[in-house]
Amino acid sequence: MSRLHVVSGKGGTGKTTVAAALALALATEGRRTLLVEVEGRQGIAQLFETEAFPYEERKIAVAPGGGEVHALAIDAERALLDYLQMFYKLGSAGRALKKLGAIDFATTIAPGLRDVLLTGKACEAVRRKDKSGAFVYDAVVMDAPPTGRVTRFLNVNDEVAGLAKIGPIHNQAQAVMRVLKSPETAVHLVTLLEEMPVQETADGIAELRAANIPVGGVVINMTRPALLDNGDLDIAARGARTGIAKALSQAGLGGARRGGHADRLIDPLLEQAREHAERVELERAEHAELTALGLPTYELGLLPEGVDLAGLYGLARDLRRQGPI
Amino acid sequence: MTSDDTTLDASAPWLEVDAVIDDPRTRIVVCCGSGGVGKTTTAAALGVRAAERGRKVVVLTIDPARRLAQSMGISELDNVPRRVKGVDEAAGGELHAMMLDMKRTFDEIVEGHADAERARAILENPFYQSLSAGFAGTQEYMAMEKLGQLRANDEWDLIVVDTPPSRSALDFLDAPKRLGSFLDGKFIRILMAPAKVGGRAGMKFLNVGMSMMTGTLSKLMGGQLLRDVQTFVAAMDTMFGGFRTRADATYRLLQAPGTAFLVVAAPERDALREAAYFVERLAAEQMPLAGLVLNRVHGSGAAQLSAERALAAAEALTETLVADGDPAADPEAGEAGDPSDGISPNSPSADPSSPVAENLEPGGIVDLDGGKNGSRTAGGLSPAATAEHAASPSASAAQLAAGLLRLHAERMQVLARERRTRDRFTALHPEVPVAEVAALPGDVHDLTGLRAIGDRLALRPGDAGT
Ligand SMILES: Nc1ncnc2c1ncn2[C@@H]1O[C@H](COP(=O)(O)OP(=O)(O)OP(=O)(O)O)[C@@H](O)[C@H]1O
Ligand SMILES: Nc1ncnc2c1ncn2[C@@H]1O[C@H](COP(=O)(O)OP(=O)(O)OP(=O)(O)O)[C@@H](O)[C@H]1O
Ligand SMILES: [Mg+2]
Ligand SMILES: [Mg+2]
Repeated sequence: MSRLHVVSGKGGTGKTTVAAALALALATEGRRTLLVEVEGRQGIAQLFETEAFPYEERKIAVAPGGGEVHALAIDAERALLDYLQMFYKLGSAGRALKKLGAIDFATTIAPGLRDVLLTGKACEAVRRKDKSGAFVYDAVVMDAPPTGRVTRFLNVNDEVAGLAKIGPIHNQAQAVMRVLKSPETAVHLVTLLEEMPVQETADGIAELRAANIPVGGVVINMTRPALLDNGDLDIAARGARTGIAKALSQAGLGGARRGGHADRLIDPLLEQAREHAERVELERAEHAELTALGLPTYELGLLPEGVDLAGLYGLARDLRRQGPI
Repeated sequence: MTSDDTTLDASAPWLEVDAVIDDPRTRIVVCCGSGGVGKTTTAAALGVRAAERGRKVVVLTIDPARRLAQSMGISELDNVPRRVKGVDEAAGGELHAMMLDMKRTFDEIVEGHADAERARAILENPFYQSLSAGFAGTQEYMAMEKLGQLRANDEWDLIVVDTPPSRSALDFLDAPKRLGSFLDGKFIRILMAPAKVGGRAGMKFLNVGMSMMTGTLSKLMGGQLLRDVQTFVAAMDTMFGGFRTRADATYRLLQAPGTAFLVVAAPERDALREAAYFVERLAAEQMPLAGLVLNRVHGSGAAQLSAERALAAAEALTETLVADGDPAADPEAGEAGDPSDGISPNSPSADPSSPVAENLEPGGIVDLDGGKNGSRTAGGLSPAATAEHAASPSASAAQLAAGLLRLHAERMQVLARERRTRDRFTALHPEVPVAEVAALPGDVHDLTGLRAIGDRLALRPGDAGT
């Protein structure tokens, strides 16, 4: 069982939502999970309808069966200052560095340093134990950067250990890589049944594998039921028109004769059906492509009114129902 | 500008896209917006449309979908615009397109501003290599840089710029400044200080701070990285100031009257919230906003039929089918609801409803279950279709009609939701002109698709229909 779940996917596919649902799903039966975000957007706070949290771990939700979800928005600058303080007791020097723009440099410009700090903090939470020697968190779920950047983000070893060949940053990178490349970690990719996200998912999996980072599952998000397909349209094309007009009329939607209310509904309704059928075809093709990747897949339906807290709990239930992730 | 038939609030003016791209004074169009909303598609579609309306256009795309790039003939990254084939040039226009290669653009700046030896030293520096390949913000900076170059060439009369797939549209404006201020900033000067200010009187304080700092940094990063950074900085020395100056020049270009920003957004809460931030930011920066492109909007040709009513009708149809397998048994069943509710003004009661019942063929309907068992669709997704072989047209027609109605109800719910989010934006920014682009059922990956998007872009909202 993995203990660090990294959730990535193309922008806007539902990474934050799925990460939160997963943290909830993994927290049932009295377990405790930590949900971390690394991009400084307070997406988790928004989702859980709480105010932005400071740089500290706090409980944000209770899962069915007494579990707990804690959350942390990791801030690279704070992580660096803490780190300097911890290893070098550099309290005031930290401030001086900050003034000079060095902290800015280290956390936003210097390639990879930021990522080491962020992944380092997450890995620390994964390994943290309490006095009795038990893990503090049963699982850590990370709302990670999008697919296009996630391999680079996780593969800090190549980035940083290559640049900083010795020193604490080098060591930190090495330690992080040991966790990230172990079976303790699983990277899950969220996708929609659309061409670009599916393509990015396939590319992302190949990149992750090439970097020896373990891939978990594919979460197909915002699926919609197929109400009609091409077969139905064939019927319509084969002259079911009068029949449909009659049925519509039967259902109280006006007259079925030519030009009647029901009759006038048919063309636009059939047009919508054609569009729907085209989309269904497209989605089937994308679905087949995802299945061919040979990874476990999970599906989450589109919530018509968007994701609120109740919806999020529902998504967590749906995830659990689909087996261990 | 607006007319009675628009679905928009009278307070939301129409963004006349053709007027923007036809105006010879428009020299740059920037398509921005949050991730995945359709920036690249909109930029490419505008390019095609403007070229076919007679302008000499270049489109700078960033990370286009693979098939789209292939169909435009720009899948090779060579960092120069290529003429796009298949564009109608009858009106005297041309379309050129390119895909941004950020590393190459960065390399070219270095090569163009340093002598050969120095350039090589920079290009081979490990720190430079990481910086040019991946620092978040390099892409934005290089997009600006490339825009500056294209504009300086003066070879095109319209430049359409796509923006990088960043989380927030604001990154496009902020990232270059961040990189620029680092490259020109205090920290860099301090890193270079040993060479420059060493020993000079009055610099003692700085030197103390400096050595403490380099000491700390080298402890932290390892001496090698620090040396790489210092070598890089020393080699780039001549170019400093250059970066800031260039970023500033491009920034001014974006403020010029010949520039038009189009903010692209999906009719979704998050995307429109981002769009609102961006609109406010453009105003603060005095950058000219042309308007909002609301992309992937849904319409319906049967909007007179409400979701509630469609669902109730679908329910009624299914019920009769399931209950007694004979929808014709009770000719009045369908008339239970108020037929005038949610339907067009003509009174439906004027329609003769009895012939309907007479014409139905109840005989076929008893076969319904047989049809269901012979399920054709693997996923069992399509009950109406499965009924087809065994059942009579009327049974399958009733199920098909129910399916059509459910589909319609779903569509109407989407419409209502999109309208609510859009109205929230309009209430906040009633001055921002809006164009709506209907969602196409499939992806957009060729010139035909781009033309279709272009046609929709140019339509007045409300005329968009489906
Ligand atoms: N299953 C779902 N049903 C309905 N709406 C959803 C679903 N999943 C996500 N959404 C909505 O889609 C939008 C994008 O989701 P989310 O913010 O989780 O994506 P993201 O991948 O984290 O985006 P970003 O790349 O911007 O970080 C949000 O408005 C969210 O509420
Ligand atoms: N009006 C539309 N109807 C149907 N599909 C569309 C429409 N507009 C865009 N698309 C599709 O949506 C997907 C995303 O579009 P596009 O790549 O243009 O977005 P983007 O904003 O450039 O994304 P990114 O932020 O990743 O760069 C593409 O597959 C495109 O074909
Ligand atoms: Mg997110
Ligand atoms: Mg794009």
